[in-house]
Amino acid sequence: MVIESTNVGRIGRISGALHRRPGLRLLLLLGLPALWLVGVYGGSLLALLWQSFFSLDEFSGNVNRDLTLETWGDLFTDSNISIAIRTLSMATAVTIGAAVIAFPIAYYTVRYAGPRLRAAFFVLILIPLWSSYLVRVYAWKLILAREGILFWFVDTLGLNFLLDAALSAPGIGGPSLSASALGQFFVFTYIWLPYMILPVYTALERVPRSYLEASADLGARPAQTFRTVIWPLAIPGIAAGSIFTFSLTLGDYIIPTIIGDSSPFIGLAIYSYQGVAGNLPLAAAFSFVPIVIMVIYLILARRAGAFDAL
Amino acid sequence: MSTRRPRIRRHFGLRLSTWAVLAFLHFPILIVALYAFTTEDAAFSFPPPGLTLEWFGVAWSNGAVRDALYLSLRVATTATAIALVLGTMAAAAVWRRPFFGREAVSLFIVLPIALPGIITGISLRSAIALGNIPFSFWTIVIGHATFCVAIAYNNVVARMRRTSPSLLEASADLGANGWQTFRHVLLPQIRPALIAGGMLAFALSFDEIIVTTFTAGNQQTLPIWMFSSLVRPRQRPMTNVVALLIVALTFIPILLATRMTRNTEGS
Repeated sequence: MVIESTNVGRIGRISGALHRRPGLRLLLLLGLPALWLVGVYGGSLLALLWQSFFSLDEFSGNVNRDLTLETWGDLFTDSNISIAIRTLSMATAVTIGAAVIAFPIAYYTVRYAGPRLRAAFFVLILIPLWSSYLVRVYAWKLILAREGILFWFVDTLGLNFLLDAALSAPGIGGPSLSASALGQFFVFTYIWLPYMILPVYTALERVPRSYLEASADLGARPAQTFRTVIWPLAIPGIAAGSIFTFSLTLGDYIIPTIIGDSSPFIGLAIYSYQGVAGNLPLAAAFSFVPIVIMVIYLILARRAGAFDAL
Repeated sequence: MSTRRPRIRRHFGLRLSTWAVLAFLHFPILIVALYAFTTEDAAFSFPPPGLTLEWFGVAWSNGAVRDALYLSLRVATTATAIALVLGTMAAAAVWRRPFFGREAVSLFIVLPIALPGIITGISLRSAIALGNIPFSFWTIVIGHATFCVAIAYNNVVARMRRTSPSLLEASADLGANGWQTFRHVLLPQIRPALIAGGMLAFALSFDEIIVTTFTAGNQQTLPIWMFSSLVRPRQRPMTNVVALLIVALTFIPILLATRMTRNTEGS
């Protein structure tokens, strides 16, 4: 008891002193997180930049630590540019696909579902997000394989001609869905979908009911209310979700490894440059491609109000 | 009447698509559960030619699987603890008083989850190479904690913003010092966010493979074990069992966490 009261007294004196010096309190609160993020994360980003000015000695295969622009010169080859374009197209397609699927479910849950059903939906959306990412990618390998359930289903329904038409389409097709860009698109969209649903859900949930009532009182039809009140307020949520879908697609190398026609993506290229090729400098230089893309994207998303909806 | 009918129909279409998406989200997990019992050891045939419990015994007696599970649990726990402390401190700092550079701070905190995971991974890999740091348990934890801080921060700061400042003022008026206000007023307010943020951080760390590949060296977390065994088809039945095990193990804490947050949120 005595010990505790002196403890409280000491803590009380300290917090009293901190209350009088908000600057010091801020420093103490922010110091450790800032040290971690600036020191570890910022430091590592600098190390990445530095690493990109090293070069690989072609004869010995060792990294030469003299600073040079050689590696950056190696970056702008035709194959690397086409890798970047392929990845960007996929990220855009996946973001649009996820937004199209996510909006109705979020809208329905917020507007029409009762509190119990809403809680259940929330759990049902969260469970896939928290179940292993790798397991779910692997599950799609099982589903999309030639002898897997999707082909079995399509075969049973007698719709083979549709699937064969999709698979023979140039650019997106392949020998089976698990070895095609089309299958890759399905899996990317599926995997990042909860990241889109949740911010859209949050944004829609924040629309005050009084706004909708005011809109109706002023004579707006439901479609007008949707277009002029709900939709503009949902955009920050979609922008916030798109940060995840876009960024995660840009850097992923697991899905292109397991699903698809093994054409390289940015993530896969970085991964194999640093791993199999042992060329850490080129991997470092290449990783500035998604960084630059994401910085531009974040600036745009911020303008759309994404950071308030995170 | 005429205004009600189309509304009901639209309602129905929305409801149908909602359930369809929910089914779409869960279907793959059910497939993994089914394939854990298949008698096949090399192909993905559907329907499975037969069902067996054999692979569960095989996976359980595998030492590499158990070591990987143990390492993953330790890493996730440590990273979550670090993230909750740092994330709460950062949230408390930026919450009420505006200060010079506050925007920059909140931007920098979300950067590790805003940038692709591979960037965090390759950056840490570069730092490790540059500093000749040996790979260890702590190199994995540092990588995980860096993005877990963002998760904890996001959850806590959102909850703090919904906390009325008048609660804290009332506490101060009644004579509580800063610590007492934190302990008895703010902490109960943000507890649901801490639980939810902690669970999410834990789950993300437990699942993480992209950052881990770059910071683990030869150590195997459970996702790394799975990924490397995907390349080796002979271990496929065991992979199915491990996959099912991971899903089952994450399911229970999620249900508990959502139930806990819902109860405190309601009261």
